[in-house]
Amino acid sequence: MKYRIVFRKRFRTGMIFEGVLPVLSVLAALFLAGVALMFFGVSPLEAYRAMFRGALGSWYGFSEVLVKTIPLVISGVAVGFAFRMKIWNIGAEGQIYMGALATAAAVRFLQSSSQFSMLLAMAVAAVIAGGFWGCIAGVLKARWNVNEVITTLMLNYVAIHLAEYFIYGPWRDPSSLGFPMTPPFPPSARLPQFLDTRVHLGIVAAIVLVLIFRLVIRWTRWGFEIRAVGENPKAAEYAGIRYGRNVVMVMFVSGAIAGLAGMTEIAGLQGRLQPGMSPGYGYTAIIIAWLARLNPWGIIIVSFFMGVLLVGGETIQVIMRLPLASVQVIQGCILFSVLAFEFFRNYRVLLVRKERN
Amino acid sequence: MKKFILALLCVALFFGVSAAGALEPVAPKDLKVGFVYVGPVGDGGWTFMHEKGRLEMEKAFPGLESFFVESVPEGPDSVRVMETFIRNGARLVFATSFGYMDFVQEVASKNPDVVFMHCSGYKSAENVGNYFGRMYQARYLSGLVAGKMTKNNVIGFVAANPIPEVIRGINAFTLGARRSNPDVKVKVVWIFSWFDPAKEKEATLALIDAGADVIGMHADSGAAPQTAEEAGVYVVGYNNDMSNYAPTRHLTAPIWNWGMVYETIVGQVVDGSWKSSDIWWGLKEGLVELAPISSKVPAETVALVESERTRIVDGSWDVFSGPIKNQKGEVVVKEGEKMTDGDMLGMNWFVEGVEGEIPQ
Repeated sequence: MKYRIVFRKRFRTGMIFEGVLPVLSVLAALFLAGVALMFFGVSPLEAYRAMFRGALGSWYGFSEVLVKTIPLVISGVAVGFAFRMKIWNIGAEGQIYMGALATAAAVRFLQSSSQFSMLLAMAVAAVIAGGFWGCIAGVLKARWNVNEVITTLMLNYVAIHLAEYFIYGPWRDPSSLGFPMTPPFPPSARLPQFLDTRVHLGIVAAIVLVLIFRLVIRWTRWGFEIRAVGENPKAAEYAGIRYGRNVVMVMFVSGAIAGLAGMTEIAGLQGRLQPGMSPGYGYTAIIIAWLARLNPWGIIIVSFFMGVLLVGGETIQVIMRLPLASVQVIQGCILFSVLAFEFFRNYRVLLVRKERN
Repeated sequence: MKKFILALLCVALFFGVSAAGALEPVAPKDLKVGFVYVGPVGDGGWTFMHEKGRLEMEKAFPGLESFFVESVPEGPDSVRVMETFIRNGARLVFATSFGYMDFVQEVASKNPDVVFMHCSGYKSAENVGNYFGRMYQARYLSGLVAGKMTKNNVIGFVAANPIPEVIRGINAFTLGARRSNPDVKVKVVWIFSWFDPAKEKEATLALIDAGADVIGMHADSGAAPQTAEEAGVYVVGYNNDMSNYAPTRHLTAPIWNWGMVYETIVGQVVDGSWKSSDIWWGLKEGLVELAPISSKVPAETVALVESERTRIVDGSWDVFSGPIKNQKGEVVVKEGEKMTDGDMLGMNWFVEGVEGEIPQ
């Protein structure tokens, strides 16, 4: 009697299964990475303990995880919004840069001593700039059906170079001895930080944006349209939902949110615009949105988890003397196994008896 | 008598107060040192040399513990890395790239009892000092060699970021090249990154296509020498002796010797004598050096390098002594004048013979 393995697509996933799966996948990842760590000659348990203690073992570590979570949540919402309609905005990175650039412009040209009006002006500038950048790809897609993956990706490079042009050129701080950075922002243009941590007001923006994301997608007519187009653009079109208009609007909103991430990052942390202001938040956001399955709460959880990985990763470099590459191996293992377990969510694995003849 | 006691008290008080501000001596075994690296330690160049210096320092002070984090972005993340060092007991932190400057200040103001040394910046504080080297001196010497070895009179230069450090190096290199060959032009390509082997390679190829038959470089990895070797053109490395990247084409390289800075600073912290200062050492002190010159270089050029080196080391002459013209041919440094350190640190113009633009 012979058996064979078959994969059968699931139509429904049980609630328990949904809950158990992520835990299982993280455990599998830790096991996988543990094997890798043993090759580095390090006890995996000790490494994990150091990682955990570095990220969550102290109030400071926890606050730093939050600092890292803020831009990830905001840009995660930004791309998640577009992904909901199956519009692949790969351009959050560039939109973040445009937002940061507009923020620096607002600080430069609209000096105001009132912190409220200054911050408001900066946020509005960032939203418009980021939204505009997203819109370009949106319009190209709506009018000429240009693939947005390519346009948004390409616009990233344009945005980064544009920002660098101003940083190296006309907006360079004259007192910086020729080094590339804008003058420091005045105190009124800085987002307040809480207590003596670096957690800044951006965290409120992040939470509010998650709530809005949830509300819009779930409870508004526009959200329904986005979901409908995402599920089946042809059917949505037959139902009278205008595809082109929605593409442009979604890309605007997506870009605007990413622009806001740029604003909170430089007004909350850096206090000036420097090259390399985003270490790839816009790209990490794509992974986050996917792992969260575009669920708003999921985006918060995954972003926090990423923050733990990043902050804890530094601690094991310091305590365990591990090279950065080994930390990246751990992080890679975790992402890999989380993605691999997605498969089991969608498919059942069955052992079937082979029939004769 | 009373007055004398009063005076004594004043003196004691003064020293007492200043001693409170200064550091207490610390045994090497109680000292932990953190290093923030901008690239991977395996970059074969900039960070590799800092790592070499760190290991030399550990050897010189048995019992001393040090740790590092590599590839730290020059942004707010660096604050957390430095804080992590301090939370794990570090009392001395070396930040080894320019972009950490503001963040060093931020962490230093919150940790007054920790000593910070920032490489290549210009902001100091009570507990923040700066260290860097007169790399332009070694670059000038390497330029003498490059100028001699070009046949097309075109030298290509792969340049990282348009900041004064790099511009100064290109200028010194060009002055050297034109000293041994007045017809030389130095073409500059910016890659806008410190460590990006792919871009370093691309820029090298572009320069070779543009006619360069000698390549100079200011970037962190060995990609440019490797590419030059493959293409069969001469190359002047940087950071360390890069002849293993280009065994047959490597002419020489201006190199760093960071260990001496790290040993000096740790020594000062150990005996409690450290005070915030700016270190800018050159050929004389040995922080910058020239790697062995290839046997392909004619003996007269090696002798020229030696004699130029001697007058730089004994202080009778320095690289940026007039007359020096800028790209437009205007005299910027007059005959008999010498650029001040301040002017050199903010250098933002190219000398005559450089083909390229500084983004303004």
